[in-house]
Amino acid sequence: MSVLSNAVEQLVSIEDLCVTFKTGKKPVRAVDGVNLGLRSGEVIALIGESGSGKSVTLRSVLKLHPPRRTEMSGRIVVDGEDVMTMSPARLADFRGSKVSMIFQEPLLALDPVYTVGDQIIEAIRRHETVDKATAKARALELFELVRIPSPERRLGAYPHEMSGGMRQRAMISLALASRPQLLLADEPTTALDATVQIQILLLLRELQRDLGLSVIFVTHDIGAAVEVADRIAVMYAGKIVEEGPVRALIREPAHPYTRALLSSVAHGGFVKGSRLQTISGSPPDLSNLPKGCSFADRCPDAIPACRAQVPEEVWVADNHRARCIRIEVAS
Amino acid sequence: MASDDQTIDLGGPAQPLLKVTNLTKHFPLGKDLLGRSSGVVRAVDGVSFDVFKGETLSVVGESGCGKSTTARLLMNLLERDKGEIIFDGAQVDSTDLRLKDFRRQAQMVFQDSYASLNPRLTIEDSIAFAPQVHGVEKRQAIERARSLLQKVGLEPRRFAERYPHELSGGQRQRVNIARALALQPRLIVLDEAVSALDKSVEAQVLNLLLDLKEEFDLTYVFISHDLNVVRFISDRVMVMYLGQVVEIGESEALFESPRHPYTQALLSSIPSLDPDDRTNKPPLSGDPPNPINPPSGCRFHTRCKMAQPACASQVPSLVEHSDGQSVACLMYEPDSAYEHSQAIEEVTS
Repeated sequence: MSVLSNAVEQLVSIEDLCVTFKTGKKPVRAVDGVNLGLRSGEVIALIGESGSGKSVTLRSVLKLHPPRRTEMSGRIVVDGEDVMTMSPARLADFRGSKVSMIFQEPLLALDPVYTVGDQIIEAIRRHETVDKATAKARALELFELVRIPSPERRLGAYPHEMSGGMRQRAMISLALASRPQLLLADEPTTALDATVQIQILLLLRELQRDLGLSVIFVTHDIGAAVEVADRIAVMYAGKIVEEGPVRALIREPAHPYTRALLSSVAHGGFVKGSRLQTISGSPPDLSNLPKGCSFADRCPDAIPACRAQVPEEVWVADNHRARCIRIEVAS
Repeated sequence: MASDDQTIDLGGPAQPLLKVTNLTKHFPLGKDLLGRSSGVVRAVDGVSFDVFKGETLSVVGESGCGKSTTARLLMNLLERDKGEIIFDGAQVDSTDLRLKDFRRQAQMVFQDSYASLNPRLTIEDSIAFAPQVHGVEKRQAIERARSLLQKVGLEPRRFAERYPHELSGGQRQRVNIARALALQPRLIVLDEAVSALDKSVEAQVLNLLLDLKEEFDLTYVFISHDLNVVRFISDRVMVMYLGQVVEIGESEALFESPRHPYTQALLSSIPSLDPDDRTNKPPLSGDPPNPINPPSGCRFHTRCKMAQPACASQVPSLVEHSDGQSVACLMYEPDSAYEHSQAIEEVTS
């Protein structure tokens, strides 16, 4: 069943996205048939371990992969436009104005030789025909919006002169400079301390609500996802193995992998002095994926049929789907 | 084996394995054009604590609070400016306990599993290296390396002759743990040892650490920024802020009823994982201040909700409460200038 069949107004719809990198000896299939829909004003979190394909999916929306070494198939439609078939010129306009992105490490994402203010002014003037003074006034507004203290002075600061949390705020304001509808956030709080992380998460939630933004939020931290997202999609070995509203997914996880993630140490789901429940082994080799369910080798509930073919998506409830053949048996 | 008979408990179980007093490390900043020193980073500033035999003491705090510097000072990888480190009754790096003998008994595991292994040595050679330095014969050292690999869950026949780049992050961290065990140490300092691992792999390594602790009677100093992991593994927890200890106590007591306003804020920064109980207000605003010019008085007063004028001038000292929790905050200091009104009820309720 397609994701689109039960959707109303999609801002983003990703259908059967596959991304293969042809770098080493063997091609690596990083994303393997992702379907995802996002309504206007909605926040979805993609969670998963490293190598699960969550960042690659996110970058595909802006087509940020090196074209010569990447094979992409499927469809990505954002606000009625197909990203896959965009001309380079249209793509350049599209990046920033409709969709913009914030990254894990602002120090690498910001240009070290320009002040933060100049970078924001440049971004505004790239997408709107305004004079420098107007752009500067808007940059100041943006700094106030993301609550940077003494914003006027900070506009003249270089990235290295700011603290980690402040830089992340500056990058968020840069991403918002050209009034995008969709914000892509790639682990924006992973490099931050806990006390700063929660500030940035709350800021994102507030901006999303006030500006009516749609957000795709990539993280490996379920806690952070629960703080900001309306829906959560769990990725494993290039596929979405489960996706649903936050409450349903946290309270009634359907896929064994989601259940394992939730019972791990990160959520206080442990008894002191006892051993943690673990998922044995490690994620599969993406250049040599197994024939059936890619989680089968680590799954406590696996049966021979799991290894025969890739499980289809099953709807557990409204808006809540999972890829596991054992779900129907259970219900 | 020469190294075996050295592992003896000298002072009995009641004597702390490690007694640290007034540990201090200031890193000088560069000099300016005229050759004047432009100040110091007060990375660790008068830290005192004990590590008891057989316990896991965790050190938590934001980046820049000095937790990793403390770890390196404990291991004598950095030279301390001031302070004393006593290992089971003997002063480290003195005639009582030579540095080489201390290092045999205290080992460290680092965060970056790849950078801490020699890329040109097979993993069995890496593990067998230190015992050979300490006088164990090569054949014997390799034999022991293989049995340690078995212990950390890496089949020696499959893994012993591999190189670090052929292993995954979790497997490499297992090798680092095996290497730390090779000298049969009594203390292992784990500096963010599981932070770089994926959650499912992290759980496996944490279980391994617990198993090894039981089997070899180890004592851990566990440094981490992940408070859930800390709660799981520790017996006691030490909270640091800008180079100083603000609170130290039994792990469960500290997580259940933190006393210091900073500990309270730190613990309530953990995302709740309940969609109906989201955090609405960040417990702290701003980033931690710069340790080059730390605030006067109590270093936390600039971000503290409970701060009063007295906090900016008076330096709080670490006061032990009847339940063993120690806190450095004027609110809890009997003779401080802090004015109590309802402040304390608010915090403790």
